[in-house]
Amino acid sequence: MGGTALAFYWVPNAPLEGFRQRIFYFHVPIALTSYACFGWAAWKGLRLLWTRDRRYDLESYTAVHMGVIFGILTLLTGSIWARTSWGHWWVWGSRQLVLFLVLFLFYAAYFMLRFSVEPGPRRANMSAVYALFGVALIPVSFLAIRLAEDLVHPVVLTHDVGSKLTGSQITTFLVCLAGMLALAATLYSNELAGKRLDVRLRELREALQ
Amino acid sequence: MRYFADVAALARKDVLLEFRSRDTLPAMLLFVVSALVVFHFALPADTSETAETGLLWIALLFTALLGLARAFVAEREQRVLDGLVLTPCDRSAIWLGKAIGVVAFLVLAEVVALPAFALFFGPLSWELVAAVALADIGLAAVGTLLAAMAAAGRARELLLPLLFLPLVIPIVVGGVGASVADHPARYLGFLGLYDAVFAILSWASFEYVVTE
Repeated sequence: MGGTALAFYWVPNAPLEGFRQRIFYFHVPIALTSYACFGWAAWKGLRLLWTRDRRYDLESYTAVHMGVIFGILTLLTGSIWARTSWGHWWVWGSRQLVLFLVLFLFYAAYFMLRFSVEPGPRRANMSAVYALFGVALIPVSFLAIRLAEDLVHPVVLTHDVGSKLTGSQITTFLVCLAGMLALAATLYSNELAGKRLDVRLRELREALQ
Repeated sequence: MRYFADVAALARKDVLLEFRSRDTLPAMLLFVVSALVVFHFALPADTSETAETGLLWIALLFTALLGLARAFVAEREQRVLDGLVLTPCDRSAIWLGKAIGVVAFLVLAEVVALPAFALFFGPLSWELVAAVALADIGLAAVGTLLAAMAAAGRARELLLPLLFLPLVIPIVVGGVGASVADHPARYLGFLGLYDAVFAILSWASFEYVVTE
């Protein structure tokens, strides 16, 4: 948690080309954290299918939830950045943004799946398989979006941050990344504890009846 | 080999059931032709050929959804799926048999849809046909797995399109690309890659979807 506070307060100190470029320090770490959450969810899903240990189900579910939250934030920050850089709230030319839109749709359907099926081992298995499909989808979708650019949107828009990152910018970026990951981990363990408590409470209630 | 005998038996069961009851396939055929007619009215006069080709792919996608929605209905209504899972065959054989059945239905639907498209809109290229064939495999592979998932839930007619559409966006990209782009080989290769990745993934994970 200290890392997040540091990230939030330290960023304005780094020298930058323009003020609007600062959102890069939020947007990219948020995006990377989102990917990390989805990867974590898929890993937990794989562990569930391997070991049939039911506790991985909640871990995978919480990780997907975190991933979606950070995914929404990625879309929002990316949209703001698009607005300031190119004047539009949405640009199909930004590969990362389009990829996140597809992933958001995919993982939002994950929740629809979970709410539609009765709780139990069947639901846990299906959620795990779906989470694995998600991480397979990430590179395939990215490839598809790259291929689609030639068809649907000839102008590829990139942000001009890659070329000239100075030392202080790199440090700021890394601190922000660490901060975002710390934030995600904190929220994750919080929510997981809450969910486990919920399950335990329900079990106790049923045992009392 | 026992495995392929099982697969063949399951695929044959689905196709035979369909030819006896004749409910899904005529619906798919009628749907795709109606959709093409609607597209004609939906498009302004000077629409490009590429836009029309794109709409063909949308029609194929929703026809596949229609067929898939019916894929596990019989299994669910008559508890056949439990029986299938209990048989001493590899559970992935159920997926493969079902997917082959879905591909068969899609091909039959396209035998009608593609000539209809050529009639209503314009000539087809062989790349489009090749892309449709590759896309069928991908749609069936992913769709069969997702149909099994949706069948276990409550709002299954609503759930299947939600699960299906994000996963098949790459198929649409590959298919439309192969149909209209200057260098279709890349897109056909991409469709092949998608098919390989997701068919293997679906084949391996189907067991976990239908068992506890």
